Amino acid sequence: MLFRLAWRNIWRNKRRTLITAASVFFAVFLASSLACIQKGTWDHMLDNVVNYYFGYVQVHADGFWDDRSINNLMTYDPQDFKQHLSDQVSDVVPRLESFALASVGDQTKGVMLVGIDPEKEDALTSISNRLVQGRMIADHGLLVGEGILENLKIKLNDTMILISQGYHGANAANQYPIVGVVHFASPELNKQLVMMPLAQAQDFFGTNNNQLTSLVMNIQAKEAVPEVLTTLESSLAEDPLEVMDWESMMPELTQAKALDTAGANIMLLILYIIISFGIFGTILMMTKDRAYEFGILVSIGMRKGKLMFMLWLEIVMIGLIGALVGIGVSMLLVKYFELNPIKLTGEFASAYEAFGMEPLLPAAFDIPVFLFQALAVLIITTVMATYPAYVLWKLKPVEAMKN
Amino acid sequence: MNVIITKGIEKTYNPKTIPVHALQGVDLTIKKGEFTAIVGPSGSGKTTLLNIIGGLDRPTSGYIEVGGKDISKLSDNQLIDFRRENIGFVFQAYNLIPVLTAKENIEFIMLLQGIPKAQRDKRTLELLHAVGLDDKINKRPIELSGGQQQRVAVARALASKPAFILADEPTANLDSLSTVNLLDIMANLNMQEHITFVFSTHDQRVIDRARRVVTLEDGVISSDVYVDQ
Repeated sequence: MLFRLAWRNIWRNKRRTLITAASVFFAVFLASSLACIQKGTWDHMLDNVVNYYFGYVQVHADGFWDDRSINNLMTYDPQDFKQHLSDQVSDVVPRLESFALASVGDQTKGVMLVGIDPEKEDALTSISNRLVQGRMIADHGLLVGEGILENLKIKLNDTMILISQGYHGANAANQYPIVGVVHFASPELNKQLVMMPLAQAQDFFGTNNNQLTSLVMNIQAKEAVPEVLTTLESSLAEDPLEVMDWESMMPELTQAKALDTAGANIMLLILYIIISFGIFGTILMMTKDRAYEFGILVSIGMRKGKLMFMLWLEIVMIGLIGALVGIGVSMLLVKYFELNPIKLTGEFASAYEAFGMEPLLPAAFDIPVFLFQALAVLIITTVMATYPAYVLWKLKPVEAMKN
Repeated sequence: MNVIITKGIEKTYNPKTIPVHALQGVDLTIKKGEFTAIVGPSGSGKTTLLNIIGGLDRPTSGYIEVGGKDISKLSDNQLIDFRRENIGFVFQAYNLIPVLTAKENIEFIMLLQGIPKAQRDKRTLELLHAVGLDDKINKRPIELSGGQQQRVAVARALASKPAFILADEPTANLDSLSTVNLLDIMANLNMQEHITFVFSTHDQRVIDRARRVVTLEDGVISSDVYVDQ
């Protein structure tokens, strides 16, 4: 009956209940929608950067990631390396990467030149799905990012001259036909990445055919990253190799995400402080208006603990009405924007691209985000309910009934 | 059998500032089955005495025994439990829970007592019948007249099978007909079920029906008269 009583009590003052629930609704709706869009945007960006190129875990020669020197290579024996892998790694993708100048006609730009095993690379990054012109490379030619075509004003099947410093100071220069054009979701990669078959890259840079700059672990589930990392680190501890996950390879990305999340959390905090005051206002009125009634209930034998529980139920019910409707509506909105991401245009798009991000704001339909909102409202209402609990604790029935 | 015993009850409000001596040594014994009216002018201490007997307030000094128990030694929670199990209250302003129906208001006390639903339902219907409100079972207080609400309040007070019922000015807000009806109901319950009633009242109609009239003046009992009906 306490539930029934609490439920009926909250509708004694419909307007007050609806206004309070509406404030919770707007807060939850805004908080969940913004959190889901923020998470979706970051997931998408990380997916672009990490999953589409860097991979979650890489192995390099010690110090390579800091100096990126073609002279700091690792020697790779596929059979030998297998023993270091956990079951979570489905394949190992070899790369030889360095920087080069790409020149066509009188245009020259710096590019990131990567030698790849086309089949393994495709299995890792599904690069063939992102071909917009031409075909995949096999044993000769270049795959270039779509942005490079625009920058150098070239087209498919043109010949590109690449100039770089090879292994141990050797000159590296050659020309190759562009056989395919790839669209990368990350604008940064789109404007910089040039790929060629691994053997061709080893020939270009003058390395041996077992020398690489990096091995990318093809991991099926993102959640397995810690396990793969630990296994590799312990297994390769004696070798002059470094094992890095995506967060240590791109600390700026992690920091940017942390900064952005912190900013959003501050916004959420402010939002929740505002609704806390709204709820508290209702609680104050509710407590003041009903002091007489509380006196009666205690007089006829209702323990204060039970009365506190009933009041808590009322406050939580009001909060949850707003929270559940807010979650429901934001779920619909988030689902819509998950399927139809917001495409930024104009200055916003340029700003995103300048930071190497695709100008898209997809939403992530992330159940924990919604559950967190419900939990937050539950906590806020419970904390707010300490006030009437205090009033009830101090309540003297005779004095309450005098008012 | 004594239901209420008070000895030398004193109650002083604002003892540290401007002391108001509401009760100044009240000795009173109420026996089971009495139909007692406590009367006196405003400020004589009627309500204070009723509050102390009902365990709603504590005396400044003196001894109070209700149902054979010294209630001055009970903690707040024990007092609440004691009231629920032993005392029925009828207030001047009815004080029903506005969101509950007549049946639910009566049932509420039994729910607090932990009585099973079947028993609750049976007793609620019996009580509603006793106060002549069988047809108002699902009506909320706002749908009932003042007299009907007070009858529900009496039924609620009886629900916990208390040792006695304290009624503070129960007829103050009622018209004549409702007052007569209510007094008839309470007098019948007193006669037939031997339920003890203690009223505080100004109402001559109540005083006329009482079998004992205790008069308070300035916090002391000035007269205590048993009346032959």
